[in-house]
Amino acid sequence: MSDTTTIAKEQTKKLTRKDYESSQDVRWCPGCGDYAILATVQRSLAEMQIPRENVVFISGIGCSSRFPYYMDTYGFHSIHGRAPTLASGLKVARPDLSIWVVTGDGDGLSIGGNHLIHCLRRNVDVKILLFNNQIYGLTKGQYSPTSEKGKRTKSTPFGSLDYPISPLCLALGVETSFVARTVDTDLKHMAMVLQRAAEHKGSAFVEIYQNCVIFNDGAFKGITERSVKEDNCLYLEHGSPMVFGKDKNRGIDLEGVNPRVIETNGETDSLQVHDEKAAEPTLAYLLSRMQNPEFPVPFGVFRSIERPSYDEMLVAQEETAISRTGPGDLAKLISGPETWEVKPQ
Amino acid sequence: MSNETQSKSKNKRTLERAAIRFAGDSGDGMQLVGGKFTETAAVYGNDFATLPDFPAEIRAPAGSLPGVSGYQIQFSRSDIHTPGDAPDVLVAMNPAALKVNLKDLSEDAMIIVNSDAFTPGNLKKAGYASNPLEGDTLKGFRLYSFPINKLTSDALESTELSKKEKDRCKNFFALGLVYWMFDRPLDSTLTWIVSKFKKLPAIADANSRALKAGFYFGETTETIREFYQIPQAEVAPGIYRKIAGNEATAIGFVTAAQLAGKQLFYGSYPITPASDVLHELAKHKNFGVRTFQAEDEIAAIGSTIGAAFGGSLALTGTSGPGLALKSEALGLAVITELPMVLINVQRGGPSTGLPTKTEQSDLLQAFFGRNGECPLFIVAPATPGDCFYMAIEACRLAIKYMAPVIFLSDGYLANGAEPWMVPKLEDLPAIPVHHPGPMEDFQPYLRDPETRARPWALPGTPGLEHRIGGLEKENVTGNVSYDSENHQLMVRMRAAKIAGAANDIPQAKPDGPDEGDMLVVGWGGTYGALRQATETLRGQGKSVAHLHLRHLNPFPANLGEVLKRYKKVVVPELNAGQLRMLLRAEYLVDATGINKVKGKPFQVGELTHAIEEALG
Repeated sequence: MSDTTTIAKEQTKKLTRKDYESSQDVRWCPGCGDYAILATVQRSLAEMQIPRENVVFISGIGCSSRFPYYMDTYGFHSIHGRAPTLASGLKVARPDLSIWVVTGDGDGLSIGGNHLIHCLRRNVDVKILLFNNQIYGLTKGQYSPTSEKGKRTKSTPFGSLDYPISPLCLALGVETSFVARTVDTDLKHMAMVLQRAAEHKGSAFVEIYQNCVIFNDGAFKGITERSVKEDNCLYLEHGSPMVFGKDKNRGIDLEGVNPRVIETNGETDSLQVHDEKAAEPTLAYLLSRMQNPEFPVPFGVFRSIERPSYDEMLVAQEETAISRTGPGDLAKLISGPETWEVKPQ
Repeated sequence: MSNETQSKSKNKRTLERAAIRFAGDSGDGMQLVGGKFTETAAVYGNDFATLPDFPAEIRAPAGSLPGVSGYQIQFSRSDIHTPGDAPDVLVAMNPAALKVNLKDLSEDAMIIVNSDAFTPGNLKKAGYASNPLEGDTLKGFRLYSFPINKLTSDALESTELSKKEKDRCKNFFALGLVYWMFDRPLDSTLTWIVSKFKKLPAIADANSRALKAGFYFGETTETIREFYQIPQAEVAPGIYRKIAGNEATAIGFVTAAQLAGKQLFYGSYPITPASDVLHELAKHKNFGVRTFQAEDEIAAIGSTIGAAFGGSLALTGTSGPGLALKSEALGLAVITELPMVLINVQRGGPSTGLPTKTEQSDLLQAFFGRNGECPLFIVAPATPGDCFYMAIEACRLAIKYMAPVIFLSDGYLANGAEPWMVPKLEDLPAIPVHHPGPMEDFQPYLRDPETRARPWALPGTPGLEHRIGGLEKENVTGNVSYDSENHQLMVRMRAAKIAGAANDIPQAKPDGPDEGDMLVVGWGGTYGALRQATETLRGQGKSVAHLHLRHLNPFPANLGEVLKRYKKVVVPELNAGQLRMLLRAEYLVDATGINKVKGKPFQVGELTHAIEEALG
């Protein structure tokens, strides 16, 4: 009784970031980008006042996948690459929960690539945060599927031969209904993106550029560092022309089906306007292809469209079945379509 | 159709039992007519057992040997447990069907062939140098050669159907003929045809006509002089239905979910011979059954673990190669101590092996096919109908002990059918489930002192927020722990939890003498053959008992003591000796094996002979 009363009291009080912190010591390397992400996720959940008991964080294996242990919500640290499968099953069983997957470039795109694809294409209502540091951290420094070609690591002393995969191109290729990118050094932007992801109904895929101080330090420095960021990043805003640069003097327009960078001279009318709600993911795809140094790297929401989620449709099918035939009659199911009676002799 | 008319011109003989095999191209509809014959036998009141045998290819080249599909049924006036060793009647719709099945027939078997299919082309495809219907290859058999295509086509002369459509009805003509031959009523099949082809009345009419034409042909043809009657079997009074193993499995799990007051979740990836479980469960949305066709085997079990965490009664289903793919995730289910059931419908292995054939070769994989010390429950149904009860038992163990359970069915049980007494719902005990409510200082690995189960705390419950996962956890608190003493404690705890259930399952009780010369120990789908063989031997005065294990991990608590009461222990299995290895290791008993790995079930004859030899 007293327990329930205390909890009831807790429920009415406003949730703060502290409420989402578990008692476990955080064990990432000092300076790891994951700290900033953890803090921002906790702060954002508090901001949105999502009850802790309704939140589940599910992860696979890798540095990022320790995340659930540090959240005082429900959590599941599963096996390598499989977090989206657990999340899908849980969402099917419990559409009422707010389910988040935390994964990395190795976990999500290498060993778990298949699951990521299928979870996103089904539009299961889960939020997938992919911490992209372009390296294998937990196994101590091998190249990852997002590492640039030619990367010298312990497993590729002569340089890697693989062409990298772009997480956002992949997500858009399977028509993910919400696709965004943010970075661990811009907490405000990250909070905005997380909130948008949380509010989206359906699969939300967020790539977070995350710095690995030990094995790939400075991977995104040339893009996101304060001194170059305005020139090298494009901040997407729905309905606004694509402008960037220290003096807001450059922009993106389309030449045929190819984007190009032009000088605006204060004139933005000819620039491409960002439309995250476009039914076709074409524009978002062009944006996802843009890389430094030819282009600024886009951040923000690439795509956010409304389409029924897998779990919604499943519940609707179930309701239709029940309304059409009534709740299942177990005795009838067991006796089947045809029976015969053997009478006592 | 009355017997009186028939008996005027033909001789009627009463038989104890008969085994019929319907065989033809995989597109000839042999599984269908076999199924219909079975339903008729069921409604008529015979005991029966069936064995479908179909190729792995959906449509192998028409007329070829690999394309032959067969369906065997044994039906009887007395208790039987197998589909019969050697068919007494073969219906062969083409030369390939004759060739493939000839070697299996009993000595003076009756062969009904469709002579229209014995064309030079088909003979060549079947590898016949000359027409076997003409030489003396079939000497000793009672051969009935009828132009079934032509007879069917004649019967449908007045219809508007194309030649191809008419030819498609020939399986019903053949079925009608066999119905006449065994004095069966047509009603149940006619009713089925009408409802099946509701939207195609012309086809329904044609199939009905073909069926009746076959029946009347039997009655009027001069060639066949006698027909047979197999009276109703004397079985325990009650309401019966026909049931196949996969059907019973699916219905059993739906029932278990209702008994536990739970939503049923089934995550699966299509694989032969387990897919029918998915098909059956997918129909039952109005029971709150949620099926999820995953992108692969790993995703299927991953989704199942997720659903179990969320509080569903969660299942996954597969066959051998899929079990291999699921092994890492099974380990996760073991260490997170979540309740779930994995249905493994075994087939011939290794690798892709024999997808449509039966085998019992996944027992050791079920026991040991994971990294680390990783015990879980293993149960195995003994008959198609028993799949229903063992499904419920699997759920009871999973929930009570918070642990995964492997349910070992096999291709023979899955597709084989038998008459099954329909249980009364009120006779099935509820499955108690407990979820802790809101509390402070919740400990996710604080155990029930009796069962050692940890609490099943559901997301959405305030105050119970906790984290589980694949890293070793500290007992009681559930925090990540690399402590060596704790690891040893947890390894032993997980093992003790499973082992402790030995006192919560039925004791081993052999059929036959309580002690004596020999104990025959089996498990799974070999039950029928083992029972029939051991009953036969006891009938000859031999001291042979039969013990069939339905719980394999843990074994029944008294198993070691039971094994020691017999001079010899023999373990017949459709593998190279897996249960035998376990019994020898566990109980230091000098068990010997009778092993067959041909993708086929045991025949009663071969088994009886092998047991006799072992008796010495």
